[in-house]
Amino acid sequence: MNVKTSEMDWGAFPDARGHFGRYGGRFVAETLMDALEQLTDAYQHLKQEPAFQAEFDHDLKHYVGRPSPLYYARRWSEQLGGARIYLKREDLNHTGAHKVNNTIGQALLARHMGKTRIIAETGAGQHGVASATIAARLGLECVVYMGAEDIQRQAPNVYRMKLLGAQVVPVTSGSRTLKDALNEAMRDWVTNVDNTFYIIGTVAGPHPYPMLVRDFQSVIGREARAQILEAEGRLPDALVACVGGGSNAIGLFHPFLADEGVAMYGVEAGGDGIATGRHAAPLTAGRPGVLHGNRTYLMEDENGQIIETHSVSAGLDYPGVGPEHAWLKDIGRACYVAVDDREALDGFHAITRTEGIIPALESSHALAYAKKLAPTMGQDRIIIVNLSGRGDKDINTIAGLEGIVL
Amino acid sequence: MSRIQHCFEQLQAAGGKALIPYVTAGDPNRELTVPLMHRMVAAGASLIELGVPFSDPMADGPVIQLACERALAHGTSLGDVLDMVAAFRREDQQTPVVLMGYLNPVEIMGYEPFARRAQAAGVDGVLIVDLPPEECDGVADVFRAHGLDLIFLLAPTTTDARMRKIAEVGSGYLYYVSLKGVTGAGNIDSTAVAARVRHIRTLTDLPLGVGFGIKNAGAAASVSRVADAVVVGSALINLIAAHPSESERILDQVGTLLAEMRTAMDAPV
Repeated sequence: MNVKTSEMDWGAFPDARGHFGRYGGRFVAETLMDALEQLTDAYQHLKQEPAFQAEFDHDLKHYVGRPSPLYYARRWSEQLGGARIYLKREDLNHTGAHKVNNTIGQALLARHMGKTRIIAETGAGQHGVASATIAARLGLECVVYMGAEDIQRQAPNVYRMKLLGAQVVPVTSGSRTLKDALNEAMRDWVTNVDNTFYIIGTVAGPHPYPMLVRDFQSVIGREARAQILEAEGRLPDALVACVGGGSNAIGLFHPFLADEGVAMYGVEAGGDGIATGRHAAPLTAGRPGVLHGNRTYLMEDENGQIIETHSVSAGLDYPGVGPEHAWLKDIGRACYVAVDDREALDGFHAITRTEGIIPALESSHALAYAKKLAPTMGQDRIIIVNLSGRGDKDINTIAGLEGIVL
Repeated sequence: MSRIQHCFEQLQAAGGKALIPYVTAGDPNRELTVPLMHRMVAAGASLIELGVPFSDPMADGPVIQLACERALAHGTSLGDVLDMVAAFRREDQQTPVVLMGYLNPVEIMGYEPFARRAQAAGVDGVLIVDLPPEECDGVADVFRAHGLDLIFLLAPTTTDARMRKIAEVGSGYLYYVSLKGVTGAGNIDSTAVAARVRHIRTLTDLPLGVGFGIKNAGAAASVSRVADAVVVGSALINLIAAHPSESERILDQVGTLLAEMRTAMDAPV
């Protein structure tokens, strides 16, 4: 199914119950329903308040350092010999990734709702760091749930969170990665719902999370749209962003949805290769199901059990994906592809050496796909890649892969 | 009349209360589940909630999470669970069985095929933790058409408006979660529960079960004074987890704890 982009009322999604077509919704235990309804009400109310929006904008400008630059990667583009590639520099945000846009928004919500304690799940640690940062700034207690395996591979971020005063709780259940951290955070929330606000880091989870995280992250696409119009006098031909849960991708895509002619590529983690089954690419090779409060594409076995994912990048190592992406895939508005670990590492090194920018392994997936896409397009074409985070946190992983102990 | 309704009406006529044990199917192994169900009935169980193992049991505490992991370690699937119920039914046509679990395994089997197979196996009701009434459009009808009661949770935070809505869609009984938290956490506060249960009764006529935090005969007895049914899960699973390879010991210990609860519930006040 392909929609007529310009005729679609993109603002009508999700519907009042959080559905994007057949995806999304609110599939949670009764113990969480009231908290989700309160959150929805609070958000719908505050969203209309100019003072809330002004507070959010002020923090993005003065604390995060927005707008982030839209940088023309001239040398890399010329080397690839095709489309001109612009990088949306979310890596230059305070805390080093796009995650902070959302945590600022949700922490403001938490404060308006009178919550004194925030909890978060984290995979690569970027969302955990962003949450711990905002908690420190607002004087809120902060507990971050992180898979025991991710704690091993993202040690610098674990230490950053601790420095910021957060308690990092290792999660040893299940596959000991991001999905299990999310389960554990939900359990905490159910238990401490009176004083606790759960800051979900991606556009997944039960309604209203996919909507409100998208709204907070859409600043990426709004800025990029204005910046490219200023730089080139026209809209881009393609957008490229990596997709784990999908928050940086939806943030870039959403403000362009009505722009017919702007193609969108969400790049999933192909791990050892799609054919091996050892990957984290539910949109590419999974099927619809229900997990973590929403219906979406999942990595699951024939009995509906969630299976372990594999990716060199902890932040993409998630068996689900935001429901809006599932819907954009089905209606044909966005295209989802996968690049494997090896290609992502190539992308990492390419941009590091040609542009002097060390990208996060997550973002390296988007760069790797742009590297394939650009040469297929003419030099008069424009691609915007979301450089969603910086790679400092990954240097231990990269060094380890090259047999170097730091 | 459904087996569940019959069960509650009989108990009510006799002045008794339902004792509802929960165990996860396939924990600690597939062979023990059906004998365990029979032993629980012999010890005084009125209805059995049989857990369908799921990889991501978000509303459960560590005790049931680990039970799911043990069951999944040897591949217990939803199809296997239905086979277990069918095997149980060959010897017990009275005791209602409710499947309790998460939506995804059902979604993957398909609602219609699941409902058909569940009915054929002798399942009486389903409690799908992450399927609230708002997401039940179409699903509830499929289940009802196959004689399956749709059982819902009520939480301490559930508003009156939602309770009315849930009572409308639900049938069989309602399950009041007695504390804010996950399964296996904390201890029940009988006084607070009594007040809440009295309030819920003004909103619905469905039988009301109470669970979460009921760990011993004393707690079971005090809850049975106010509720129609007492649900006990993690306390039983702790006994399984302590000696997973000793089947006889599990049968004896689970049977003993349930019998103690039954006796305490039936004792005159």
